[in-house]
Amino acid sequence: MAAPLLETRDLSMHFGGVRAVRHVNFTLAEGELRCLIGPNGAGKSTFFKMLTGQLQPTHGHVLFRGKDISFAHAHEIARLGIGIKTQVPNVFDGLTVRENIWLSASRIHSGEALKRVVDEMLERIGLGPLAERLVGQLAHGQRQWVELGLVLSTDPELILLDEPAAGMTHEEVLKTAELVREINRTKALIVVEHDMQFIRMIARQVTVFNQGSVLVEDSVESIMRNPQVRDIYLGKQAAA
Amino acid sequence: MNGRMLNLCGLALVGVVGLAFMILVPRLFELDVVLELTVYMIMAILALSLALIWGYGGILCFGQSAFFGLGAYAYAIAMFNIGESTIPLLLAIILPAAFAALLGYFMFYGRISDVYLGVITLTVTLILFNSINSTAGPEFHIGTARLGGFNGIPGIPPLNLPGNKGTPIDLEGMFYLATASLLVTYFGLRLLLASRFGRIIVGIRENERRAELLGYDPRAYKLATFTIGGALAGFAGCLFANWGNFVSPTIFGLSQSAQIIIWVIVGGRGTLIGPIVGCIGIQWLNTALGANQPSGGSDWWVKIFANAPLILGIILIAFVLLVPKGLVPTLGDLGLWLLQSRGKRSRLEPKQAEES
Repeated sequence: MAAPLLETRDLSMHFGGVRAVRHVNFTLAEGELRCLIGPNGAGKSTFFKMLTGQLQPTHGHVLFRGKDISFAHAHEIARLGIGIKTQVPNVFDGLTVRENIWLSASRIHSGEALKRVVDEMLERIGLGPLAERLVGQLAHGQRQWVELGLVLSTDPELILLDEPAAGMTHEEVLKTAELVREINRTKALIVVEHDMQFIRMIARQVTVFNQGSVLVEDSVESIMRNPQVRDIYLGKQAAA
Repeated sequence: MNGRMLNLCGLALVGVVGLAFMILVPRLFELDVVLELTVYMIMAILALSLALIWGYGGILCFGQSAFFGLGAYAYAIAMFNIGESTIPLLLAIILPAAFAALLGYFMFYGRISDVYLGVITLTVTLILFNSINSTAGPEFHIGTARLGGFNGIPGIPPLNLPGNKGTPIDLEGMFYLATASLLVTYFGLRLLLASRFGRIIVGIRENERRAELLGYDPRAYKLATFTIGGALAGFAGCLFANWGNFVSPTIFGLSQSAQIIIWVIVGGRGTLIGPIVGCIGIQWLNTALGANQPSGGSDWWVKIFANAPLILGIILIAFVLLVPKGLVPTLGDLGLWLLQSRGKRSRLEPKQAEES
């Protein structure tokens, strides 16, 4: 079998006495789409931060295509081909939509190609008519799209999406699911999401985080039936 | 398209006004006014150096005067030793730039946060002030140049035409040089900011983490910005040492450092023309309030209102509270608002005509 695209070995992160992530061994194959679920505070966002170099692990390693990136800088990891869309839209609010996409795409393109790529991306995220608007003035859902555009424009091999459907309308959620499936035709993804409907639309394999470690890893259907998962996560949601 | 046209018009306007200013002032005014305006031009270059690193790079440098002073001292010391001004001029740019690069390396690669960056840069310039201030004795000299301590270095030889020691630049020539330098600096910075580099540093100012996650190294970009700002401030320092043929440690002092920040705050961060306007306006006010005149003899209220620091303080507070974006961006917003409301009205009018 081919070497995995991403692998973590015994990955742990402690903040003082709080063990946010504990001994996580996780593998993702080339081209795979994986969902991460788990209650708030399960360590999903911290896990993402370690994968992208925003946090350096207390123990353990992250390997991307066999290369140890545990202590690499965030910009180096981005250049290796891992892109992330964070939970709260992380965009350039003071710049226009076009300038946002331009900034991102200009890392790998220049000249005429750059112009073309920016126009194509504006089209793809459906914000062409709003290209000259300041991103800070857009609605929450639209800013999510801008960030997706930013991430896609650097053409990463692996894309991490932290709650891509959060705060979106039902229509936007459907559109996002469609886009995620489309992206997955060429790229690997890890998606953190709470919305089980959304997960069923996009994923086959699901990894469940609880209290900083992997509780279980299985297909969507089995996860939905798993009483343990229902207990810690789905049960709470159903009760709410 | 409209924005681009507006942009080009603005550039052309600055060019025309700048050139007219440069050509007309020596013909219309006495030499004392020309001299006064020369120092405004020099300080405006210094204001632009901070406009770049703070206004666009988002780096709050409280010690821009450190690079300004280093430029002035480097020129003075090299000039006494060499006698021909080409190398001293280059040194006055390279030395502050190198110092900025070294300081910037430790600050940016050490991940010093914004507030501490301000504190460190201010401390650096005050350390320079104290160090140079205490070099009054004859034992402090570099080559044939005595540092002079708190007395400063008087009688600095002026710039000459490159390679030609015999033709020093006269006072009117200094005005042309300073004004032309300001214009070149302005247009050079406009070019820089329109380039890929310029757009990336603005992106980093807007959201450093996002820029990093897209694969840009903010530390390297900030370091480059800071170094360019240091070089520009050093160049302004060289011109300043020429202007008065004199430099003293007060150039590193607190009031000089604070002034630069005030120019940028009043004029407006995130613009280039703003800090120039702020710089010239405040210096003019300073002169008008008689900061340099001996006090005495006048009424108490004249004394109070002639207290330049007090008035400056009031202006600063007023701006921070009432015009936080600064003069030029606020005027720009106002202009845009007027344009839009006029546009709306003209669109409404035909409709009303139809209805009636």
